[in-house]
Amino acid sequence: MHPDSEDVQKSVRSYMIVFAMLMVFTLVTVGVARLSFAVPVAIAVALIIAAMKGAMVAGVFMHLSHEKRWVYGTLVLTVVFFAALLLLPVITSLDSLATGNPWVR
Amino acid sequence: MDLAATHDTPVHDHAHHEDLPFWRKYIFSLDHKVIGIQYAITGLLFLLFGFFLMMLMRYQLAYPGQPIPLIGNWFGADKAPGGIMLPEFYNQLGAMHGTIMVFLGVVPLAVGGFGNFVMPLQIGAPDMAFPKLNMMSYWVYFVGGVVMLGSFFLPGGAPQSGWTSYPPLAVIAPAGQTAWLFGMVFLITSSLLGSINFIVTIVQLRARGLSYMRLPFFVWAQLVTAFLLLLAFPPLEAAAILQLMDRLAGTSFFLPSGLVVSNQVLTGMTGVAEGASRAGGGNALLWQHLFWFLAHPEVYVLILPAMGIVSEIIANNTRKPLWGYRALVYSVIFLGFMSFIVWAHHMFMTGMGTAISAFFQTTTMIISIPSVVILTALLLSLWGASIRFTTPMLFALAFLPMFGIGGLTGLPLGLAPSDIHLHDTYYVIGHFHYVVAPGTIFALFAGVYYWFPKATGRRMNDLLGKIHFWGSFVCINLVFMPMFIQGLGGMNRRLYDGGMQYAHNAELLHWNVVIGFAAWGLGLFQLPFIVNFFASIKWGALVDRNPWQATTLEWSAPSPPGHGNFVTEPVVYRGPYEYSVPGSSTDFTPQFEPEHA
Amino acid sequence: MNIPYTVEARPDSGLANGKLGIWLFLASEVMLFGALFSTYILLRVGADTWPHGELSVPLGAVNTIILIGSSVTMVMAWASLKMNNWGRHRMFLALTFLLALVFLVNKYFEYEEHLLAGEGPNHNTFLAIYYTLTGLHGLHIVGGMIVMGYFLGPGAGLWRRNPAQFTNRIEYTGLYWHFVDLVWIFLFPVLYLL
Repeated sequence: MHPDSEDVQKSVRSYMIVFAMLMVFTLVTVGVARLSFAVPVAIAVALIIAAMKGAMVAGVFMHLSHEKRWVYGTLVLTVVFFAALLLLPVITSLDSLATGNPWVR
Repeated sequence: MDLAATHDTPVHDHAHHEDLPFWRKYIFSLDHKVIGIQYAITGLLFLLFGFFLMMLMRYQLAYPGQPIPLIGNWFGADKAPGGIMLPEFYNQLGAMHGTIMVFLGVVPLAVGGFGNFVMPLQIGAPDMAFPKLNMMSYWVYFVGGVVMLGSFFLPGGAPQSGWTSYPPLAVIAPAGQTAWLFGMVFLITSSLLGSINFIVTIVQLRARGLSYMRLPFFVWAQLVTAFLLLLAFPPLEAAAILQLMDRLAGTSFFLPSGLVVSNQVLTGMTGVAEGASRAGGGNALLWQHLFWFLAHPEVYVLILPAMGIVSEIIANNTRKPLWGYRALVYSVIFLGFMSFIVWAHHMFMTGMGTAISAFFQTTTMIISIPSVVILTALLLSLWGASIRFTTPMLFALAFLPMFGIGGLTGLPLGLAPSDIHLHDTYYVIGHFHYVVAPGTIFALFAGVYYWFPKATGRRMNDLLGKIHFWGSFVCINLVFMPMFIQGLGGMNRRLYDGGMQYAHNAELLHWNVVIGFAAWGLGLFQLPFIVNFFASIKWGALVDRNPWQATTLEWSAPSPPGHGNFVTEPVVYRGPYEYSVPGSSTDFTPQFEPEHA
Repeated sequence: MNIPYTVEARPDSGLANGKLGIWLFLASEVMLFGALFSTYILLRVGADTWPHGELSVPLGAVNTIILIGSSVTMVMAWASLKMNNWGRHRMFLALTFLLALVFLVNKYFEYEEHLLAGEGPNHNTFLAIYYTLTGLHGLHIVGGMIVMGYFLGPGAGLWRRNPAQFTNRIEYTGLYWHFVDLVWIFLFPVLYLL
């Protein structure tokens, strides 16, 4: 169900707020990158910020926060498979987790 | 309650579709039934072509190095000089047989053909949710097929690195491989468009009263299949792009540093200087991960529609509801989910660590559970039934033990210790062919015999059908059963000379001759089917709406249905398999009939 | 023949056909880019060394801001239609198109700088995945621009004939566009910063 004209007016305000926050986070991402963290920390920080930006784009611009079950459900499923696709291949290339040194190649 | 008489004048509000020119009515049609038939006939033709490729291979395997009789000179000196098949040509036949059967034959027939034709009718919809997208997805598939077939004529011939296209070999293979990659991009696009259409149609266009738990199991199977196609294909599309970059743009996604081919170090396709930095080099296993991420769910795409078809036919010909409808639905959903996290069982020999190997072995064992539940439910559905041994039922019944053999023989492949001995042997070929050939393809034949009356208004000849069945059943087992013996004996797959170079194969070679004869027999027994199919379109016995006395919605439409399918809006009053309801005067109570007074 | 729920939502799912369709398409796109991110991870983990600082961070940051801006103008293009303001809608849609164009122009300069220095996709694995990821992303931008161009041009007539359906289609275009922005939000730190 689409919101009517008045609700959309209110939404415009939230679009602008999100825009401002996205700008801020972009600058933060660049700024943080200049501080040389250790690689795993840098990756974690960058991805967390990106995830927050992404959540705002998805939740507010794409109205995902009010979306229906079929959409939401499909996306949850997709995220699970996305995670599997990202993580499992690299895990298979690590020699053995059992030896306690996952970086042995 | 009888819906109005004929299919002549369905009620509709705009352009009379009888007025459409030929090319818009039959070539670029937006009607799901026409598109379904287009997919089905194209798919069947590709199956036939793929079969022909296999016949050539089996001849070479039975009589290695002998000139191919009669047609040996058709192939030219670059493929079969003097009619004797070159190893490169054997490899082309192998790669194309697999590619064509899986991507151009079975899936287009099972999903594009049966799914498109039957599903909207079974849910009471006037058409698919996006008719134009539907038409596009057929034609994109068609173009993909043309690209794939055209590759035979390229210099160096057709793709020859297996249907699996593993690098580094596939990256340095001749031009045909590039055609494979582009062809796959077309096929994947077609598939994506189709899967979106299927899901939206099933969610949005179900008739009044047709809740999810009243859906025929065929529709559930198509729904899960569509999700598999939607989410599993894109990584292969990405991988195809990466391999194209490796072949055409000189990248090294899949080429490891320092790769040596024919005693020469490979530095990249466009001759990158020796000292040029390649950060980390490429990873050949990356391709395998991306390929199998699709290709494992793909095998469930191959089997699920077949299970759906068999379920419909078993319910109809046992005159009983299917046993365990809920179990079937939950199993197929669980199966679909699990199919995404088992793929590396195709990669047990690539050197992964024991922990992750255990993970994939575990998920692979778990995924056998829903398969067994489905098979068991279908078997239990036979208990206490009044079985009508119609031609579709014969094929559907045969599916059960054949799928059983196929599934059981998968177990030692899914466990790494046994897979060490069986990987890349004929055992694997026997396993997967059992599931797809006497499994899925038998189910597809069953579906053709079952829904042919709905599509054409005529039934196929029963005697020819039974000859087709019995001949195929005997021959197909003779083709594939010996492969388990060969595989257990250590005969490797993809050997152009049938394995005769290896001493350990010596006692297994005679099976190649047996298999060759059985394959010929199998081919000959398809003739009754081909004749029956085309002759019945013209001369088959006429039927009414519901010749099988079935309960699902498609049987309330005219045979064949007109544009818009249903004369009045269908309404559903009960579940899909209300056969032999106590107290009823007939042994079937269709979904679409209201309560009797 | 009438296909139901092309404009109005079906009561039990709460969705119009196109809305579900576009989200399913976006789910498949998540998997497409996911495969390329997986490629990046596998190749980088397997690499002895990985280049750093090969790309211009300021240019990337500017492009990030441009694309986020275009996401705002895109959602405003839809919101204007909901508020029945055709003129505003046209302005915001055209602005979105323009911002996309600027993004592509920047990308062109970025590619040109590297290609002129002989740093093509075959130069090293990092550049290979960089060109592939941003190239595919760029193709998606072009695709979006084609759709926007259609709705600015020949497709605009639908607003008069069926305003609700037109509004829906702009919404779906917006969803696609936000997704393209979303991919970039992850691409930027991964390729330019890490």
